[in-house]
Amino acid sequence: MENVTCTFCGAVCDDLYFDGDEFRTKDFCPLGEAKFSRKKRIEYPTIDGKKVSYEEAVERAAEILHNSKRPLLFGWSSTVNEAIRLGVILAEKVRGIYDQCASVCHAPSVLAMIEEGIASGSLGQIKNRTDLAIFWGCNPVEAHPRHPTRYSVMARGLLTKGRADRKVVVVDVRKTVSALMASHFIQVKPGTDYLVFSAMRALMEGYEDAVPEEVGGVRKEKLIEFVEMIKSAKYITILFGLGIAHTRGHDRNVENVIKLVQLINRYTRCILQPMRGHFNVVGAGEVAAWECGFEWAVDFSRGYPRFAPSEFTGVEALLRKDCDAALIVASDPAAHFPRAAVEQLKRIPVIQIDPFPNMTTLLSKVVIPCAISGIEAEGTAYRMDGVPIRVKKVVESEYWSDEEILEKMLEKVLKLRED
Amino acid sequence: MNVIIITGRTTEQGTLVEDKLTHDYFKSVNYCELNKEDFARMGLKEGDRVRVKTDYGEVVLFARKNVIDETHIPEGMIFIPMGPYANQVINPGTDGTGTPQYKGVKGIIEKTDENVIGIPEILR
Repeated sequence: MENVTCTFCGAVCDDLYFDGDEFRTKDFCPLGEAKFSRKKRIEYPTIDGKKVSYEEAVERAAEILHNSKRPLLFGWSSTVNEAIRLGVILAEKVRGIYDQCASVCHAPSVLAMIEEGIASGSLGQIKNRTDLAIFWGCNPVEAHPRHPTRYSVMARGLLTKGRADRKVVVVDVRKTVSALMASHFIQVKPGTDYLVFSAMRALMEGYEDAVPEEVGGVRKEKLIEFVEMIKSAKYITILFGLGIAHTRGHDRNVENVIKLVQLINRYTRCILQPMRGHFNVVGAGEVAAWECGFEWAVDFSRGYPRFAPSEFTGVEALLRKDCDAALIVASDPAAHFPRAAVEQLKRIPVIQIDPFPNMTTLLSKVVIPCAISGIEAEGTAYRMDGVPIRVKKVVESEYWSDEEILEKMLEKVLKLRED
Repeated sequence: MNVIIITGRTTEQGTLVEDKLTHDYFKSVNYCELNKEDFARMGLKEGDRVRVKTDYGEVVLFARKNVIDETHIPEGMIFIPMGPYANQVINPGTDGTGTPQYKGVKGIIEKTDENVIGIPEILR
């Protein structure tokens, strides 16, 4: 099938070829190829490791959620918007916490955008207009392998005709493989991004005297040269990653780069693009925002939505022992949460909905296998720039989709509430 | 030796993220990468193990020096691929943001003869 959409990373490439009979791929990156390959699956639903029917597993899951005081409903970034919508409604009905993978990913960036706003554009605009691409604290060659070729570095756009028309700068604490595609590499010391942004803001406004000879391990002359390069470009895109959002300072680092972008826009045109990870992590935020006004860390225990990342993210709720059951959909917190949070996850009943066995499967009481979104189940996803893209069903499957499972679970929960 | 710990994605880890309970995934996340000079200074050779300790936990990992010559990890820094091993030592504190500090955590590494444990053992 032509024009298949990949459901691995936030670039959501929709120009691929996939033969569903032979599992043959064309034009995929290594991450997409692995996604569209045959892998070991969770074969059937289980309760305490014993095989059960889908109906029995869903019923037991509904009972656990209904009987819990404040369940955590976490994950969502690797499923489609239609399933996420049901997840938010389910969280409200069971008076639980809705949280999603962004809270261990780009949530600090979203917090900063809530505070400051964001000058943004689509990936198409990046391809067509950008003559200076700055990758800051991200490693697209390993995390979003087709982004540079499709949009940001080698892409042939309307106004920018390809690599020769673009300057590319990589700023990072280590020289990654992405630095090899750059025309300039700037190495900063760990945890100093905030200082470097501040120095660049001062230089943009002409306060050279206020900047010391070295900031974050970067010589002042190099920063002056960098700022001049920015001022003389026509359309700059700063693509940033967790190198900024996951270090000390978190959202404050991102706020500072947003302020730098605001300042650059007084001289030329500049946009900011977070390099979002999972294919629908933007949807896990956007859909929750339509439904209840907040993107993540939403607590429904009082019957109305409250947003507080300091209390209601998956990690914070587990560290505080504030949840007594968990529904994990399309995610693996046992592998990706800090050790102390996983300790609490081991103590409470966990329900998992996922196509593949992972570390969370090993500690789950109820395991419900599902169809793979974008391969065995269709739906809608938001690309990293917020553009909605339809993902297709390209392989027939006996597995229930996330949407079907959650629909049945919600029905059971509503029935239990009536009783 | 005092180090700053950075965690992050690698292509290998990314391709195995839906094959978590396999030996290949285990191999893709159970190591730390060091600067060549640090690697030599600690008397390490490929296949040796190091214990990484922070205020938040400790873990034994295989030690690797920079995998690609043109890339570069500065002295005093180690890189651990994101995943269950890295999460034994990162800072779970979120400073009110709800997001742990996965990068830029201070730690100590030392050579050890202890074995690297398997993924199921991490959960015990």
